[in-house]
Amino acid sequence: MLVEILEQPFDPWRRLQAYQDTQLAPGQFGATAAFVGTMRDFNAGDNVRGMQLEHYPGMTEKYLEQISQAAAARWELLDSMILHRVGALAPNDPIVLVAVWSAHRKDAFEASRWLMEELKSRAPFWKKEQLTEGERWVEGNTDGY
Amino acid sequence: MTVHVRFFASLRERLDIGDQDVAVTAGVTVADIWRQVLGEREMPSNILAAVNMEYVPFTAPVQDGDEVAFFPPVTGG
Repeated sequence: MLVEILEQPFDPWRRLQAYQDTQLAPGQFGATAAFVGTMRDFNAGDNVRGMQLEHYPGMTEKYLEQISQAAAARWELLDSMILHRVGALAPNDPIVLVAVWSAHRKDAFEASRWLMEELKSRAPFWKKEQLTEGERWVEGNTDGY
Repeated sequence: MTVHVRFFASLRERLDIGDQDVAVTAGVTVADIWRQVLGEREMPSNILAAVNMEYVPFTAPVQDGDEVAFFPPVTGG
């Protein structure tokens, strides 16, 4: 299980492959489900040229570890990883990677979806968008279902 | 007793307030901490609270040395 807050840009696919190669037992996992969230250059009808992502150091990691453990208790998982950016982001930068490994797809799909929705609704992160003119805090996340 | 109070994101900017140590009496709740620090300034209805980095209701008791945090709805992911 890995939870990591990143202050610099990252490549989710390289990180996922590297983690799988070093942490997962070959032949054991039959299903890998991954979600990658990427920064858009538009929101609510406006052009967005950058974003500042704030978190609550300590609580954010603790919360992500708690939901990782809860997912492992609820589904048959072999491993999971959550990586999330903070700091200054530009459009097209990856924001988040949630990946889970399981023997079968049902547990992998369901656990990754649940983890992502828990992260979106409760993990302490806050986005501030830089627009063409001025900046604004994002008020809330859209419903994922 | 003393608690450390923190504010995050848009709430911190709107209130123009920084982290601070606050002397409180025994038996206070999270809601009491808000009133003590911000006086009559009304708490926005969507504000969330944490004590020692765990979500709590505003009726939760606060102990000496606790870290109490207030923040707006989260927008990660």
